[in-house]
Amino acid sequence: MKVYALHVGLLALLLALHFVLPAYHHGNLARVMVLASYAMGYNLMFGYTGLLSLGHALFFAAGMYGMGLGVQHLGLSAAPALILGLVAGAVVSGVLAALALRTAGVAFMIVTLMFAQAGYLSVLYFGALTRGDEGFVIQQADRMLWGIDLSLEGNRYLAALLLFGTCLMLCLWLVRSPFGRVLVAIRENEERVRMLGYDVFAHKFAVMVLSGTMAAAAGASYGLLFGYVGASFASVQYSIFPLLWVLLGGAGTVLGPFIGTLFMFYLIDLSSGVTTAYMLLAGVALVVLTLFAPQGLMGEVRRRVWRGVP
Amino acid sequence: MELGPYLVLATLEGAVTAAVLALTAVGLSLVFGVMRVVNIAHGEFFMLGAVLAWWIAQSVVEHPAIGFALALVAAPLIVGALAVAADMTILKRLDYDPERTIVATIGLLYIIQQVTLMGYGPDARPVEAPFNTRLALPWFEHGAEGWQMIWPWGLGTTSYKLAVIGAAVALLCAVWALMARTRIGLVMRATQADREMALAFGIPVERVYAGVFGLGAALAALAGVLIVPIQQAHYLMGADPLLLSFIVVIIGGLGSLPGTVLAAVLIGLSDGIISVFFSPTLAKILATLLVGLVLVFRPQGLFGARGA
Repeated sequence: MKVYALHVGLLALLLALHFVLPAYHHGNLARVMVLASYAMGYNLMFGYTGLLSLGHALFFAAGMYGMGLGVQHLGLSAAPALILGLVAGAVVSGVLAALALRTAGVAFMIVTLMFAQAGYLSVLYFGALTRGDEGFVIQQADRMLWGIDLSLEGNRYLAALLLFGTCLMLCLWLVRSPFGRVLVAIRENEERVRMLGYDVFAHKFAVMVLSGTMAAAAGASYGLLFGYVGASFASVQYSIFPLLWVLLGGAGTVLGPFIGTLFMFYLIDLSSGVTTAYMLLAGVALVVLTLFAPQGLMGEVRRRVWRGVP
Repeated sequence: MELGPYLVLATLEGAVTAAVLALTAVGLSLVFGVMRVVNIAHGEFFMLGAVLAWWIAQSVVEHPAIGFALALVAAPLIVGALAVAADMTILKRLDYDPERTIVATIGLLYIIQQVTLMGYGPDARPVEAPFNTRLALPWFEHGAEGWQMIWPWGLGTTSYKLAVIGAAVALLCAVWALMARTRIGLVMRATQADREMALAFGIPVERVYAGVFGLGAALAALAGVLIVPIQQAHYLMGADPLLLSFIVVIIGGLGSLPGTVLAAVLIGLSDGIISVFFSPTLAKILATLLVGLVLVFRPQGLFGARGA
């Protein structure tokens, strides 16, 4: 009960902030919520199942380009384009899962990295369709979902909150379900889970498709809400970011990804006023986190304050 | 130009790529073989070598050759020392856990890259080669009067490029001799074969690890110094060598030196030749897919015999 109170409380707080935040932070928070949904998808694989992927930008970009190209070249309206983005994410993650899950550990990391890199280069290669590095803008007329104009600040925030809330509740329910328990067991001891008669591959496959689809949902929404689709979202940096956010917030916690994203977003936002080398902070954060706090912020909360936090 | 001379030219350019690539990849392969650490920051050591070479060359005002010779010695030493420091402060404390070291070296990548951006700036800067004579190459053509020798325009290379190839071959032989013929190499191979047993026999494993990490970085830096008169120094130049080194190390079999060198020659040459026929982006897409698929279906590499 306490658990649901905490998570619903956060969503209520975010809803309340909608009415009081100044415009700049209002826009930032909408962005953070979409990116946190991406991080939550990543966390399902990395935090709960122990699968460290270095190629999640592929899924984020699959969603984003599935949606964007649907609007741009197939003339779809927002709703079917979003669905196209989700389907693209599910298909891409399914194919990659079928290949990459044959490997484990370091090889899994490199395989995901290589396929994501191939995806990024493909976006550049098919520049005639994707406009490559430059990217393209989703026109305001195409950003109407059921008559709601998503390019308006208020609607954008609420749509981001809806996405975030859905992903949050889905994660919460999932990790407390028997399926989620098996995922954690796989992370802790794969051999034993196999011996107990669970189909480890099927569980990993399912969680990878789910994680990829969630990342794609975030990618498609990002494109739709902020009106821009570009190749930089497919680059290695966008595979590293969710890892960083999840590590910072706490791998294997439901709220960790949001806290990590919020923290890192503002850290970079503040520092980019001072220097152009803001990625330096990301590097230092990665090294310091792996050295001193591999459990992240929520991990520390779990260790010191509340052991039962999901 | 016709296809024949064109291919010769592509092969020559490819050989230079292969030489530099082999040096970089052998460094990566050493670190992976002995320490079981995947060093994502390896490309940045390459970049540091090139940037340091520029810095040393421009601070020595006398003859450019003196500056370059100094860079050739100093840059690898500085980068090696940096890597040893990184090993002792970061990797050692992570207990060389494979997954956590990857995350930490990603962090290291951004730190090195961004600090370079702050100190060196976003410009690409050239370094003058110590010697750079153009050598034209002849081509044989079957004309009306039988075989004759012609000098096609554009077919040629420079003495510096040939020197790079020669230097790389010499260095690779030195690395091989170090690994196979000296006591240091013996200790490294013992650590690679069985860390626990090596420790039991009194080998200071931690110092070996620090040394190997430093050596790997120094090799990458050396490759960076060698390439900088051909290709300018830039703070983002580490990405391509990192990717190519990964490809080479994985195709050659993780941790096997002869396989790595063979794969470097193969990839370097085919990179030059493929980009004559395909766009470089397409060539890169195919190469990355190849690496992924090799890891999935043949994890011991194309030339490796034993299981990884």
